[in-house]
Amino acid sequence: MWSWVAHRVTGVAIFFFLLVHVLDTSLVRISPEAYNDVIGTYKNPIMGLGEAGLVAAIVFHAFNGIRIILVDFWAKGPKYQRVMLWVVLGLFVLTMAGFLPRHLMHVFGGE
Amino acid sequence: MTTVADPKAPRPPRAKPSRLTTRGNTELYGWVFMRASGVILLVLIFGHLFVNLVAGEGVKAIDFGFVAGKWASPFWQVWDLLMLWLAMIHGTNGVRTIVNDYAERPGTRLVLKSLLYLAFVITVVLGTLVIFTFDPCPSGSPADLLPSFCTAS
Repeated sequence: MWSWVAHRVTGVAIFFFLLVHVLDTSLVRISPEAYNDVIGTYKNPIMGLGEAGLVAAIVFHAFNGIRIILVDFWAKGPKYQRVMLWVVLGLFVLTMAGFLPRHLMHVFGGE
Repeated sequence: MTTVADPKAPRPPRAKPSRLTTRGNTELYGWVFMRASGVILLVLIFGHLFVNLVAGEGVKAIDFGFVAGKWASPFWQVWDLLMLWLAMIHGTNGVRTIVNDYAERPGTRLVLKSLLYLAFVITVVLGTLVIFTFDPCPSGSPADLLPSFCTAS
């Protein structure tokens, strides 16, 4: 139940990010200056933490999505759905443990 | 407030198929698409995040030169085009499902889905045009903003 709610919430959040992400990336078609100006406003600690949250949402949605596929198509999927939720959370923690230090270093590490 | 029929009651005769019940297998294809595109998107997006946020200097190195350097290669053009289309169809279909679940008034559903499909068309058309009409070395731009291969000749 809560994994289902989290899947919906992360999905909607990622979708709205995607709309903005395509719009701001499209600025490369206007001029290098226009793109760099807008991307420059993202280069601060608040947006850096927002990027970390976005990656967390994507990683959960991705791993939980694989779990949904296994529940649907694997004969033993429904039996192991609860175990697989713990596997999803474990893989989520591992992935974020690999990503966060490096990303936060880029965001807060100065020059 | 509607009441639920007595579960032991005989099943009422099946209504004649109306237009609403003969819409084909569209929802089934959508269900399959969510799963198939989800697997492909996992690979595409994890690769995208690794190359843009983890490898090299990470997020602080992203600027016009970085994007231009990637899109000078057909490999990343195709990668990003696939990602754009699959993610937009996957996401639009997901939000459509959520609108169907929570928006109950027909007018609300129509407005929300019209906005959703409008956003889909604008984003996909804009993104596709940008990927294919993009010039990594626009003339008249300062060389220090451009990828290094622009001045190589």
